[in-house]
Amino acid sequence: MGKIVLKKVNKSFGDTAVIPGIDLTIENGEFVVFVGPSGCGKSTLLRLIAGLEDTTSGVIEIDGKDVTGEAPAKRQLAMVFQSYALYPHMSVRKNIAFPLKMAKMPQAEIDRKVEDAARILNLTNYLERRPGQLSGGQRQRVAIGRAIVRQPSAFLFDEPLSNLDAALRGSMRIEISELHQQLKTTMIYVTHDQVEAMTMADKIVVLNAGNIEQVGSPLELYRSPRNLFVAGFIGSPKMNFVTGPYAQARNAATVGVRPEHMTMSTSEGEWRGTVTVAEHLGADTFLHINVDGIGLVTARASGEFAVNHGDTVFITPDPNRIHRFDANGNALA
Amino acid sequence: MATQQTRTLARFMLAPSVGLLLIWMAVPLALTLWFSFQQYNPLNPIRDGFVGFSNYLLFFNNPAFLWSILNTLLIVASVLVITLVGGILLALLLDQPMWGQGFVRILVISPFFVMPPVAALVWKNMIMHAQYGVLADLMRTVGLEPIDWFGRYPLLSVIIIVAWQWLPFATLILLTALQSLDGEQKEAAEMDGANFLNRFIYLTLPHLARAITVVILIQTIFLLSVYAEILVTTNGGPGYASTNLPFLVAQKATLEFKIGQASAGGIIAVILANIVAFFAMRAVGKNLDR
Repeated sequence: MGKIVLKKVNKSFGDTAVIPGIDLTIENGEFVVFVGPSGCGKSTLLRLIAGLEDTTSGVIEIDGKDVTGEAPAKRQLAMVFQSYALYPHMSVRKNIAFPLKMAKMPQAEIDRKVEDAARILNLTNYLERRPGQLSGGQRQRVAIGRAIVRQPSAFLFDEPLSNLDAALRGSMRIEISELHQQLKTTMIYVTHDQVEAMTMADKIVVLNAGNIEQVGSPLELYRSPRNLFVAGFIGSPKMNFVTGPYAQARNAATVGVRPEHMTMSTSEGEWRGTVTVAEHLGADTFLHINVDGIGLVTARASGEFAVNHGDTVFITPDPNRIHRFDANGNALA
Repeated sequence: MATQQTRTLARFMLAPSVGLLLIWMAVPLALTLWFSFQQYNPLNPIRDGFVGFSNYLLFFNNPAFLWSILNTLLIVASVLVITLVGGILLALLLDQPMWGQGFVRILVISPFFVMPPVAALVWKNMIMHAQYGVLADLMRTVGLEPIDWFGRYPLLSVIIIVAWQWLPFATLILLTALQSLDGEQKEAAEMDGANFLNRFIYLTLPHLARAITVVILIQTIFLLSVYAEILVTTNGGPGYASTNLPFLVAQKATLEFKIGQASAGGIIAVILANIVAFFAMRAVGKNLDR
């Protein structure tokens, strides 16, 4: 009922291998997020699972059944697209009913399921409208509604929130998470936004240039990134990387310190530096500091921290939360 | 055009062309209306003068009149059906990725650049000719009797020629519309379990509605006045079998020099065009508003 297994899945366009070969198991009911920078192949991977692209080699199994050559409709998956991909000439009701109509379901049952979906998604008052008359968030919900009425074995989301404004994105994130709690169906979610990945996922798959860099729960990735890429990608603001004598003294090629794992002081500390930019957010203060002999470092102070451009500050990295990496960028134990 | 100033400016800028168009339309229409109540024959000027509605009565009582109305409507309707169905099919084919796409598209559009009399002559003498036409050759190759197209199916022959000329136009407009169909919508429909036919009916066809409307309205205007193709091929015959209203009007004016009757026919043609336009707008015009 929604276990997806990828075995040595490869996708090449001509001579370019977009995905050189991926092995991945997605358990039933899991919320898996594919995350990575643009062009890392995360959308392609999702489309391979959906069946919208053909695999060059490798096997895709859903619930133990090989579906590599199957048409999208046969895979029992539902997809929510970035552009929502609603049918513009159909009412909301007809949009949501479309997959059921294609499945030749009796009209009475279609009506019941559409009403149910509309109630879950707060769309009951908009059923007779056209997509063009809805706001971005409502369109997004219609697209989700069209996906849930089919009761698929898994949902695929392709950057579904990237066309929404920040506030709406936050609330839709919660709605999708709640939906997952309610339906307990496998969900695969593609995003380049690591905040979405951290907040929603049971399991994050970090992709880079078509390869899986690391798979794990959000906090696993945060606590023990396997390499420099994951360390730099997960966490906001980005982890600070320090090379040179400071790293060598700790038997590493590179040392990573997260901005939130430093203590700051205006009087004393391990590193001395000059503030270049201070971002006062109220709850947090982000300082961009030019540290003598080390370079530009980002640090976070909790609450208000009264320094400004040009002030001298001292920072001390938390020695227990330092990440060490070898010359190949892999984490050292 | 938001401010008062740009609106005023725009009106001034538009005025010359709007005025010219108005004159261009109003003067001929007024003259036609005037002549339709006159007896006017350049060969016999002595009997000229006002004759009331008798030009209209003569035109109505002409045995060719009903034929010409019927033929006009038949040409419009058949050519529309052929070009729309054929145009949609061709556009669907041309929308597929293939080698030499640009070249093929230019080839498909090229019939539109051929002047109507030239096209009609080519069809008459090289394709449909009963002795040395390509079609006759083909029929003979498979052992059938060649068809005398213009003798036996005059109206159908004219319809085929005109449809061939307008097919590229319909294809071009529909192809452009097809290309603007959102790829994700197609994929969504695919995931929703819609097969090719269902995707066509529920997604492609509604998307094409506006383009189809444009094709219908523009083609109707031109198809109401088909003339050259008839003159060159069947000359309206045999009998009145391929005479349409514009051809009848031209015949009255240029063969019989009955300018009054021809003008009456012209006014009737204007009325017919308005009736057709009314029904066409009623049927498909709402697609333009979306």
